[in-house]
Amino acid sequence: MAAPIHLAYVDGPTPGWSDALVAGVADVFPNPIRASAVPLDLTPSFVPSRQQHHATLVLAALLRHRPDPASKILGIVPVDLFIPVLTFVFGQAQLDGPGAVVSTYRLRAEFYGLPGDEGVLVERAIKECIHELGHAFGLVHCAYYDCVMHASSTVDEVDVKGAAFCGHCVSVLEGKGWK
Amino acid sequence: MSEHRILIVDDELSVRSSLEEWFREDGFRVETAEDGQAALRAMDRGPFDIVLLDLKMPGMDGISVQKRVREIDPAATIIILTAYASVQTAVEALKLGAFDYVTKPVDPDDLSNLVRNALQTRALAEENVRLKEKVSELTAITPIVGVSAPMEHVQEMIRTVAETDSSVVIRGESGTGKELVARAIHAQSRRRYFPLVAVNSGSIPETLLESELFGHEKGAYTGAQYRRKGKIELASGGTLFLDEIGDITPKMQIGLLRVLETHRFTRLGGNQEIASDFRLICATHKNLEKLVEEELFREDLFYRINVFSIQVPPLRERPEDILPLARFFVEKYARAMGKPVLAIAPEAEAALLAHRWPGNVRELENAIERAMVVGKGQALEGRDLPLAAQTDGAGEPQARSLAALEKDHVARVLRECDGNVTQAAKVLGIDRATLYNKLKRYGLRR
Repeated sequence: MAAPIHLAYVDGPTPGWSDALVAGVADVFPNPIRASAVPLDLTPSFVPSRQQHHATLVLAALLRHRPDPASKILGIVPVDLFIPVLTFVFGQAQLDGPGAVVSTYRLRAEFYGLPGDEGVLVERAIKECIHELGHAFGLVHCAYYDCVMHASSTVDEVDVKGAAFCGHCVSVLEGKGWK
Repeated sequence: MSEHRILIVDDELSVRSSLEEWFREDGFRVETAEDGQAALRAMDRGPFDIVLLDLKMPGMDGISVQKRVREIDPAATIIILTAYASVQTAVEALKLGAFDYVTKPVDPDDLSNLVRNALQTRALAEENVRLKEKVSELTAITPIVGVSAPMEHVQEMIRTVAETDSSVVIRGESGTGKELVARAIHAQSRRRYFPLVAVNSGSIPETLLESELFGHEKGAYTGAQYRRKGKIELASGGTLFLDEIGDITPKMQIGLLRVLETHRFTRLGGNQEIASDFRLICATHKNLEKLVEEELFREDLFYRINVFSIQVPPLRERPEDILPLARFFVEKYARAMGKPVLAIAPEAEAALLAHRWPGNVRELENAIERAMVVGKGQALEGRDLPLAAQTDGAGEPQARSLAALEKDHVARVLRECDGNVTQAAKVLGIDRATLYNKLKRYGLRR
């Protein structure tokens, strides 16, 4: 039985687009996918000087909510995340580890002064969730532009890449006993 | 994504761990160091493709660490990372060879692009080195083979003069390998990635030589239908090799002297001065000092070209080189002819050693080439060599004139080459025109 993946909505109720997100992640991962809201206080990870949340601290807090030791937990947060040296991150994961976190803050069209578009948000969220989970399953960035593991530093790059692993990344996962 | 190695040097744990995770996700092999001392210890475990270096650290500051890192591994790409933007330190870091300088926090897109550019630049630099090595390999000239003391001295002189840009005169009898020495000097000089342009001054009539060296404009003379660059222009950046410099006419000597003094010239029929940065190497079998005494060669030109002189000894003065050279040519022609490398039978070795080699190395090479063509056995035998009759003959040869000996030798070689003048001229080490003259003089028929 593959390790279950918990999609944990932090700092708010389960959003209306949760089913679409679960379906999108389930298209790629054969693992059981469970989604639920997690009552996690994000205040300790907030850094006033940057007006952002420290992704590493969010991830550390999130891991305490992992339901079972064999599972992977992916936090989905509405706040802006950073790591100390970078201005922001879309997400962070522990490479080949149990946890990851994705921020929807910069995935929203509104952040770029555009009208809100839930379809675009979900599409981007699916890609970023699969991407960070890919890291949690041990994948590193992929050079193939259409692979979901292709590194993206801007939302345009998220839009350009696909929502699935390329053949090479699939073979790496299979080498790790996936599927 | 990659197997590149990166060293992150920063005193802040959160920065180190964040970047470590970031680059691990990018496929890097990451090491971290909390200060300058730890960074230098890590460098010993290198090499690293990229060193991300914080400028403000307790103890050894980033600039000092950068200097030490460059000493340990000059090839490592250093990117300066600092929380304090300061133009002065940035300029200092860049002057010391840092690839770039970024201020924390950095935009992830900028960091990705920066690292990608750094790796691409590094890859290009490495490719450049590989290609240069490949070019050197492809343009490698025939080595100068010789174990004798005189040839070791020549090799030493080549090494010494190659590092300079001085003019060189290579002296020696025909066939001793003067052009090979010129090519060896060029190949070991800083000009080796530019051409060596060779001109045989002795074989070209004066009017043609002028055009050959200086080039001409369209319409400069009858038949000059196009503008043509001369050898001096083509040699710019590289080396101009003038063979048989002792044979050029007084008029050409003046023209050449002017170019050597100014490194500027005008194409025939042109009025625009052209600059050419070339190094001059000359060769001659003549005694230039004697030509100067006889006022056949300009003294000022002599001193201009004769900055460094290399004397290539004739083969008869270095018999210990005969067999190594013979073996070298056997291997060379075995490769060219797709034949196995043959041994040289003791009797053939003795014949090679007994011969006087008036045509020097060129004659030896021709003899081996011919022997490789006619040789049928597992080894080159004395009978395969065109000089066998000279050394195998029993008894004392009767006293004969040089002309009679030459006539017999020319006739025999021509016979062995089935009347083929080109091949016979090659074996004799002379050009076809000279051979035709000799045939006419001695009344020989093909």
